[in-house]
Amino acid sequence: MKNLPLIVIVLVIGGGLGYFLGGGNEQAVEQEAAMETSSESTLEAVKAKGYVQCGVSQGLPGFSNADDNGNWTGIDVDLCRGVAAAVFGDADKVRFTPLSAKQRFTALSSGEIDILSRNTTWTMTRDTQLGLNFAGVNYYDGQGMMVPSSLGVTSATELDGANICTNTGTTTELNITDYFRANNMSFELVAFEKADEVVAAYDAGRCDVYTTDRSGLAAQRTKLTNPDAHFVLPEIISKEPLGPVVRQGDDQWFNIVRWSLNAMINAEELGVTQSNVGSMMGSDNPSIKRLLGEEGNFGEELGLSNDWAANLIKAVGNYGESYDAHVTPLGLARGVNALWSDGGILYAAPIR
Amino acid sequence: MNSSDLSRLWNDARIRRIAIQVILVALVVFCFWWLISNTSQNLDKLNKSIGFDFLSQNAGFQIAPTLGTWLFSYEVGQSTYWDVYLIGIINTLLVAVLGIIAATVIGFLVGIMRLSNNIIFRSFATVYIELLRNIPLLLQLFFWYFTVLRSLPDKRGKVDLIPGAVSVNLEGLFLPFPIWHSGAGFAGIILLIAAISALYMRAKSRSKQLMTGHPLAIWRITAGIFAAACLMIVVSVGIPMEWSQPTFIETGPILKQGFDKATAIMIIPEMLAVWFALTLYTAAFIAENVRSGILAVSKGQTEAANALGLSTGQTLRLIVIPQAMRVIVPPLTSQYLNLTKNSSLAVAIAYPELVSIFAGTAMNQVGKEIEMFFMMMVVYLTFSLLTSAFMNWFNHRSKLVER
Ligand SMILES: N[C@@H](CCC(=O)N[C@@H](CS)C(=O)NCC(=O)O)C(=O)O
Repeated sequence: MKNLPLIVIVLVIGGGLGYFLGGGNEQAVEQEAAMETSSESTLEAVKAKGYVQCGVSQGLPGFSNADDNGNWTGIDVDLCRGVAAAVFGDADKVRFTPLSAKQRFTALSSGEIDILSRNTTWTMTRDTQLGLNFAGVNYYDGQGMMVPSSLGVTSATELDGANICTNTGTTTELNITDYFRANNMSFELVAFEKADEVVAAYDAGRCDVYTTDRSGLAAQRTKLTNPDAHFVLPEIISKEPLGPVVRQGDDQWFNIVRWSLNAMINAEELGVTQSNVGSMMGSDNPSIKRLLGEEGNFGEELGLSNDWAANLIKAVGNYGESYDAHVTPLGLARGVNALWSDGGILYAAPIR
Repeated sequence: MNSSDLSRLWNDARIRRIAIQVILVALVVFCFWWLISNTSQNLDKLNKSIGFDFLSQNAGFQIAPTLGTWLFSYEVGQSTYWDVYLIGIINTLLVAVLGIIAATVIGFLVGIMRLSNNIIFRSFATVYIELLRNIPLLLQLFFWYFTVLRSLPDKRGKVDLIPGAVSVNLEGLFLPFPIWHSGAGFAGIILLIAAISALYMRAKSRSKQLMTGHPLAIWRITAGIFAAACLMIVVSVGIPMEWSQPTFIETGPILKQGFDKATAIMIIPEMLAVWFALTLYTAAFIAENVRSGILAVSKGQTEAANALGLSTGQTLRLIVIPQAMRVIVPPLTSQYLNLTKNSSLAVAIAYPELVSIFAGTAMNQVGKEIEMFFMMMVVYLTFSLLTSAFMNWFNHRSKLVER
């Protein structure tokens, strides 16, 4: 068996390679596992395992943040809990996977998670090249910059020569590069995998500037040693529509997530809240009747039961309630995220 | 064909051998086919395709200044993802090589200290090894990084290590760089000739020692050769080199204050922290390998050396270590491979190595997971095969020397 050792070596090298690449390989294995089951629809798979697997941040107050007992809260979390309530009638049938910005898309396309609800910006590249679909927008944001007040800087145009801290694998790396190039300014970028390290390095003075979504700045600022000694510059250098993401190729699941978000926004518009959803059941308003499943079979068309939205609102409330509970405490007013009828740009397609 | 034919076939060693090989190859091919077809099917579903076109696209993000960005003159909007790949490789290689060198030196020192008769040395080594081996590397990485950060002034301040030349602040370590003048090439050639002559004399001294028992005064000869070379250079072209003067700017716009990067080499703190952490962590393991290697050399060897009147240092250097190398080298190889692999943890503290900028930033822009992981596997596999090959060669050599 002259060549047998050779073949064995080839196999061993292959295996060794996998071992050597540790983390990367884990993802590959998960990818394969997901691929075997991918002929099944996401809804069937979710029902079979009994819960929705939701990818969230590793801790961003207001959006997705775990307390000491491992309970997740935030508007991104509410969306996932809402989907779980719509599918199972039980908002607790959801599990969360904390993901760094760098890991999130691979986790979704490999099937490790069913929904990515992690302050993720909807961009054309992500929508068309990464095999993903954005199911809507649950927060309209823009990229901002924070500096220590002691620098005396009041405008982003004074930032020539700055050292800038941010996260790897985000839109922020590209936007900040564009902004400085467009304004003919030089800068150095220090990009960390996790937000906690960005905060710590900025706090230690490694960078003059911390840049990310403005909502993120408000949230991360609370983690600084002395939040009041920092100042968010007035410039907004990009559009960051944040929203939930699903894999391409499963329209039913895409619709479930999209309409769960729309249901939350429509509920606010129709005045249906977590506490009054029971009494609204008898309402004469046909829009409310359709939302709560008393008229039509909208839920069934999604592959769910007709009380899907009623369950969702009972569990997490409408969009405004979720916002008030989680984002308002960060000091972020509704602004553009108000309903269109209140002067904002939040405008959900009607349920009819 | 009846059953006796079959069993005859099976008993024929040659045929059996071929059959087994054919089956194995078929299995391997099938596995690959299955993997590939499954993958492409699922990529189709996601509307993605396999391809390496992305490598020629321009990368739209900044990368922290490092050896790699300097070597490939990285520029946003001009450089491609292929450049990003190469920069990642260079930066990974840089910490890996520096780490391997430093970890080997420290590992040997600590390993020898561990066996020292001096209780202070011995307990220091014991504490070092036990502490560093048992704390996860990632924590050590954070420890070094944030300790370094917290103890330094920001970029508008500095700590001078060698006043006028070497300083450090939160932006990094600033060193002067050599500026070559005309005549530098000439000087280089002269020094090269000097080095070759010195090596030649050394060999000559060896053979004389073997023949007569008396070596040449090799140190004096070497010093003489180099002194003559230097004299020749100075007389003919003067000193063809000077050091840059790192300039520290204290006035003007606040964000432009600090070291002028055109006047110094800057080594970013992320790089230093990764290097420290990888070195100190791996050194603890190497120290253990060195210790067991030394213990594997029989005590009689040391006693014999002592009886011959060799000093402790000589005994170690000439008798014990050369023999211990046979035991030390194989595990040393795997420590080197571990170190290289562990360098990918650097993404946590923003050192732009391969995993960070290629599998991180770039992959999030282009989404070619399979292609990019494949490209990274090629790199790490090449690193490890080269390391193993070198170490095998070295191992072979140290075996011959022992005889
Ligand atoms: N919206 C941007 C940035 C998202 C992002 O990662 N932001 C950081 C900083 S606010 C974050 O969420 N950190 C929390 C974490 O890492 O878990 C994107 O989609 O690329």
